[in-house]
Amino acid sequence: MPKRAVGRNVRRKEGGDKVTGRARYVDDLRFEDILYVRTIRSTVPAGEIVDIRYGFDRAGFTVVDHRDIPGRNVVALIEDDQPSLVEFRVRHVAEPILLLAHSDRTTLAEARVSIACRETTPNFDPERSDTCFKSIAIEKGEIERGMAEADLIVEGEYRTGHQEQLYIEPNGVIAVPENGGITVYGSLQCPYYVHRALMVLLGLPAEKVRVVQTETGGGFGGKEEYPSMIAGHAALVAMKSGRPAKLIYDRVEDMLATTKRHPAIVRHRTGVKKDGRLTAMEIDVVLDGGAYATLSSVVLSRGMIHAAGPYRCDHVRARGRVMMTNTPPNGAFRGFGAPQTQFAVEVHMDAIADRLGIDPLKLRERNALRPGDTTATGQKLGRDCSALQVLREAGRRTSFSRRRKALEGTNRGIGLSLFFHGSGFTGGGEVKLASRASLALTGRGVQVRVASTEIGQGTRTMHAQIVAETLGVPYDQIDVSAADTSIVPDSGPTVASRTCMIVGRLLQRCAEEMRARLGGLTPSAYFRKHGGFVITKQYEPPPGLAWNEDAYRGDAYGSYGWACDVVEVEVDPVTYQATPVAFTTVHEIGRAIHPLLAAGQIEGGSLQGLGYALLEEVVMRDGRMANAQLTNYIIPTTLDTPPMEVRILERPYQHGPFGAKGVGEMPIDGPAPAVVNALRHAGVVLSEIPATPEKIMKGTMKRSG
Amino acid sequence: MRLTVNRRTVVVKAHPLTRLLDVLREECGLTGTKEGCGEGECGACTVLIDGQPVNSCLVPVAHARGTRITTIEGLAGSHPLQRAFVEQGGAQCGICTPGMIMAAAALGPHPTLEEIRTGLAGNLCRCTGYTAIYRSIQRASRR
Repeated sequence: MPKRAVGRNVRRKEGGDKVTGRARYVDDLRFEDILYVRTIRSTVPAGEIVDIRYGFDRAGFTVVDHRDIPGRNVVALIEDDQPSLVEFRVRHVAEPILLLAHSDRTTLAEARVSIACRETTPNFDPERSDTCFKSIAIEKGEIERGMAEADLIVEGEYRTGHQEQLYIEPNGVIAVPENGGITVYGSLQCPYYVHRALMVLLGLPAEKVRVVQTETGGGFGGKEEYPSMIAGHAALVAMKSGRPAKLIYDRVEDMLATTKRHPAIVRHRTGVKKDGRLTAMEIDVVLDGGAYATLSSVVLSRGMIHAAGPYRCDHVRARGRVMMTNTPPNGAFRGFGAPQTQFAVEVHMDAIADRLGIDPLKLRERNALRPGDTTATGQKLGRDCSALQVLREAGRRTSFSRRRKALEGTNRGIGLSLFFHGSGFTGGGEVKLASRASLALTGRGVQVRVASTEIGQGTRTMHAQIVAETLGVPYDQIDVSAADTSIVPDSGPTVASRTCMIVGRLLQRCAEEMRARLGGLTPSAYFRKHGGFVITKQYEPPPGLAWNEDAYRGDAYGSYGWACDVVEVEVDPVTYQATPVAFTTVHEIGRAIHPLLAAGQIEGGSLQGLGYALLEEVVMRDGRMANAQLTNYIIPTTLDTPPMEVRILERPYQHGPFGAKGVGEMPIDGPAPAVVNALRHAGVVLSEIPATPEKIMKGTMKRSG
Repeated sequence: MRLTVNRRTVVVKAHPLTRLLDVLREECGLTGTKEGCGEGECGACTVLIDGQPVNSCLVPVAHARGTRITTIEGLAGSHPLQRAFVEQGGAQCGICTPGMIMAAAALGPHPTLEEIRTGLAGNLCRCTGYTAIYRSIQRASRR
């Protein structure tokens, strides 16, 4: 028998290429006769184009505008409301209007275009917008009854701002005209999203469009839907010129133009008994969608389902809406709505604890969901509900309550957050996706064929482990195909913490069938005797999983991960700067297929969460990001990073591969509320992030005044 | 102009003010050095000049004349740091990894945790939370 693959820290499949510089990212690819592409964008947040003038000699240039689009002028996604290139109405700054292409980058950069716009009045306030992209209402029990049962009603309003994904490799693609169609190579998360968007934009049949993911330097949601836009642009130039077209954003353009996390305003009104028991939760959520619908409806959905936190409460009313504003569209970012709403509920829980004079850990212990309890949507939780376990483990490891007393009256505070995260697409979403995964036996061995992309999280490695373990074949003998739509089936997007739990499970089923077919022969012995074959499996919902999309009732997700963060923060009394000095997190994720990779997700996601909490502020001025560069949009460096202690708990989910649930997103839900709660403990009451020195100064004055 | 890159002499035609990053990637074909921001903030383009880490996006190629330039390709794949980054989870998406390894290579043989944190403060990683990177460097230094 080969060594076990699952649960071991096997060697990362593409690790060698990444540490030697051999890994090929999109900007590393070379094509003959290539054109470089530049995007000409709007400079006003709202208006109509009245005139376009070209201040350069157009010889040698390929110029593309909306009239060059052979299919429909949309970035096909959910609503199809966003044009690939503006026809005349501008809805945000940095909206693409024209594409210029030239073989010489200096000539391209120097070309001048002036666009005259008749400006109209923009709206930047989601609460004053008259365009609602989506609204959702969740009702459980009777809210009035729950409020009547309360001894105390606590209200609060919480705000979170934009956050930039800030993958270190900016968005980029190369489009190559091939065989009467188009091939796009790119830094992207979802090859089939791009594939479909190109079919619609170019009016091409499926077989004329090929999308190949190149090694991708981080995504975090920022390469979920945006690559459909940029791939369309490169493809339009390639089709018009008949030449390969390369479109790589520089950092400033990437920050100005691409999607960010939705800003949120969340209001809570909560009924509690004197002993801390929650009797009613009324929650109102407003998300700023930006100028187009993108994935906002789904972001709102995840935000709403997580809005009541991991708590038992019989009476819940949660209403949310995502509104249009004249800012660049917001979109997918790790956590996808849940970081915003769980920030609010977790900071609110500490406000309640303060009012009642109860230890925050005790308050959560009293209300945490247990197996058999129901969530806000009425989902009955199974044995893998671990809210209490992660809370107690984190409390024990940090001596939370004792430490809290010890720090009293110092300029240090300690805070915690308890949170959960649904794995996979919402309710019926996975059924609609109907994802497929394949396993092929070829002369070269066993090959995984999925559209799930490796974006740093370890997809290739983890999938190969699941297959190796199921087949009883050494891990090294499992090969993983490139995410190339001409080879792999549509496994759905690489998002929503679904790549392990959902796609991994499909591969496990493929491998179970392959193992039966091999009948005891090794893959190579079988191939020599009988030849190769391909097994493909399609998603089937676990038995009993029921979700009503209209009523927002039922089993919102197949399963949930559970986690608790504890952070200690020190506030400088002179500069009002807050520094995280210790961070502990306990994550229950079903089963860690590769413990090192899983811990890597938790460490990295937690640090992004600490950045969200303390440093990362998108300054919008007249609808334009005013700090669109790394010099003044600050993400954590080594010196901003506290020592991190990560503890993984495993309570298997029966329908996940080897019990695994999702892990990718959850870590970013918890740090921000834990930090703000630690600040409250240190005497700074905030209800908004990032907790910059300016906000902390105001929060301190509020407390003392 | 003659440059010494990874112990080899190369002749490049670029304008003296061309960024060293572009010369390495385009004229020398050494695409292991990455561009993340183009303004010296992220460190993805870190290379060594005479053993010192520099952001190659901020260095005009003329300044590198007469120096020894080392890129990730110059470590030949067998450097203890490279092995440790694979084994310890120091590389996730990999885009910061070449620059991170070059910055780490300049730290000397047995850096303390504080020396690592200070030495890598100019190299941003958005995936790992840095913890696995510290572990990789400490592991490599024990070899």
